[in-house]
Amino acid sequence: MTPRHARHARIAALALGLYAPAAAAQDKEVVIGMQCDRTGPTQIVGTVFCPAYHDYIALVNKKGGIEGYKVKVLEVDHEYKVPPAIESHERFKKEGAILASPFGTPQLLALLKKYEEDKIPATSAGIGSSAAADGKRYPYIFPIAASYWSQAGVGVNFAKAQLGGDLKGKKIAYLFLDNPAGKEPIGLLEDLAKIEGFEMKTFAVPSPGLEMAAQVLDITGRFKADFVIAHLFGRAPSVAIKELKGKGFPLSKMISLVWGGAEADIVAAGGWAVAEGYNTLQFAGVGPDFQVIRDINAMYKEQGKQPPKEQENSATYNRGVYQAAVHTEAIRQAIKAKGGAKPTGEDVRAGFEKIKAEDLAWLGLAPPLALSAEDHEGGGWVQIWSVKGGKFTKTSEWQQAYRDVIKKHIEADAKK
Amino acid sequence: MFHREAGNFKTTYAADMALFPLPITRWAAAFFAVMFIVVAPLVLHEYYLSILNLVFIAIVGALGLNILVGYTGQISIGHAAFMSVGAYTAANLAVKLGLPFWVTLPAGGLMAAFIGAIVGVPSLRIKGTYLAIATLASQLIIEWVINHTPAISGGAAASIEVPRPTLFGMQLKSQSQLYFFLLFFAILSIIATMNLARSRIGRAFVAIRDQDIAAEIIGINIFRYKLLAFAISSFYAGVCGVLYTYYFGIANYEAFQLNISIDFLAMIIIGGLGSVLGSILGAIFVTMLPVAIRIFVETFGSYVWDTAALSAVAASMRLIIFGTLIIVFLVLEPEGLARLWRNIRNYFRTWPFSY
Repeated sequence: MTPRHARHARIAALALGLYAPAAAAQDKEVVIGMQCDRTGPTQIVGTVFCPAYHDYIALVNKKGGIEGYKVKVLEVDHEYKVPPAIESHERFKKEGAILASPFGTPQLLALLKKYEEDKIPATSAGIGSSAAADGKRYPYIFPIAASYWSQAGVGVNFAKAQLGGDLKGKKIAYLFLDNPAGKEPIGLLEDLAKIEGFEMKTFAVPSPGLEMAAQVLDITGRFKADFVIAHLFGRAPSVAIKELKGKGFPLSKMISLVWGGAEADIVAAGGWAVAEGYNTLQFAGVGPDFQVIRDINAMYKEQGKQPPKEQENSATYNRGVYQAAVHTEAIRQAIKAKGGAKPTGEDVRAGFEKIKAEDLAWLGLAPPLALSAEDHEGGGWVQIWSVKGGKFTKTSEWQQAYRDVIKKHIEADAKK
Repeated sequence: MFHREAGNFKTTYAADMALFPLPITRWAAAFFAVMFIVVAPLVLHEYYLSILNLVFIAIVGALGLNILVGYTGQISIGHAAFMSVGAYTAANLAVKLGLPFWVTLPAGGLMAAFIGAIVGVPSLRIKGTYLAIATLASQLIIEWVINHTPAISGGAAASIEVPRPTLFGMQLKSQSQLYFFLLFFAILSIIATMNLARSRIGRAFVAIRDQDIAAEIIGINIFRYKLLAFAISSFYAGVCGVLYTYYFGIANYEAFQLNISIDFLAMIIIGGLGSVLGSILGAIFVTMLPVAIRIFVETFGSYVWDTAALSAVAASMRLIIFGTLIIVFLVLEPEGLARLWRNIRNYFRTWPFSY
């Protein structure tokens, strides 16, 4: 063996040695398995959402953990690919995770069966299918935030308010990214069009949605829409704002579903002045004026640090904080129900179903969530925040709309 | 040391046709068979089996792509689309007709082979980068068709939940049960590819790769063999897609997008074009290395950073190290890991009397 080969052999042995299993979970510690995408196509969300999640957990641990249990978050970055997400789930399971935080719709779908088989509850805020609100059908999946159906319902409700309280004979354009998530609300919107008597037309934008001049020209020139409901992702929302503005469409007559409503979208569209009037749906409050954000910043100050720069993107940041808060609350309920004993995944699942609005009220940014065995969505509450004077300002309080129609859609999906 | 043969003398046709001509390779094959069939499932934790499961599925797909790119010399960036063809065929058959996996699996493969043969038609006229763009188009067209045809995709969500495969009345659910299910198909596809490569068809593929006009002159029907290469390659892809579908429990085309096609191309280029061993090594490299790097970074990084900061660093470090290693291995041996292994083997063949 030449010296070079010997060195290679040593490196290989080192790599193999490191493959030893990591230490098992401690007694007074609960483990959460978190997927993230910081390097893939949805990194615009992941690089803000995931640090926010860690910040909230750090705050919980600083206050002594959940009922005396320290929280350990394992994070795996899966680059928005499915196989690494499967691998991460098995790793979390091995490390004793009692709660999973999947990231991305394809990843959640590929693990749908696994979560149930392994009895580990998972949340799907802003991802997955709207039908997952059905707790009887998906006992281990918790959307914990307004689904696309609920968001679209409130969007129509908002259009009604903006257009003088009556939608009869009005024209609403639905501008969406042409993928399953983008297409999901169409069925519901068609139903609402019949109920409210408005004319609805869909305008598909092929992924990644950086070019939509034709669709916007169609909306403003030919269809002459009275209102636009947009459901876009990534860089597409900023393109839509720019194009609609360029064609002279009033942005106050436009509302975006949750993934088009971050500060980064406004900045990418050319700044706050350009987007003045733009309306967004949010399932967590926007901005820094909340108790929990003040607590996190105080924690940073104690360590002699500035508040995290991710807070500049507060819409996404606050969603990460909100998700972490719901997770810790579910674990708290589970520990309480067991009288202080260490909870299992099944206990946490039951814990989720006990969460009520008052448990999360102190955060300031959480919706009046009410989870139950039937409703894992928690009521489908959203707030509307609009661009006014260089920042997002609250336009409406927490609201829900057309619950009976949405319920019918959930039931119809279950029968399929 | 490893090999000590005094020449390669064959006295019977059977010896000439053997898959593993040297005793040492026969022993090695037997050793790996025992390791993976008996020892690994007994010794390894379910977590490590789950990684192996992903490797097994990747091997099937990589072998298929290698038949087309490595053996026949036709480039394809639409491999993942053929996987989704297999996935949705199997899912529809399994859900709408309630068929078991041993019907849906070949059916998924055959449907993918059929579509693949159609997509292969441009390869008769165009080559190289032009063909790459034609197959890229097929990737996008297939994605679009699935997304916009509820009869295939099962509705707006474009996902169909599939029941777990059952064998002798037992549902294959846990990673260790699925391990044997997937291992069987990985071994089957490895043996099939080894046999294909040395058959009349395989020789024709290689002839087309090396010089297609010369191949035509010596009597190889280019039309037939190019389409056959596309069909066989897509059959593997279809089977790979069906295996993913049963492994995930759902058929969802978003799991088979362009980046997955690129991943499979990376596997065979890193592993070695035109080599069965290369496909296997490439699948292992691309699937397991990111995991190994992550564990490496997390183990050492925990001394430097806290959990939150480490998560932010680990993701980027993984990409940097993975990319660097790909460059290092390809500079070290442009013909891939399989060639690297062959060089090491040949070195020891004559050791210590090498000249």
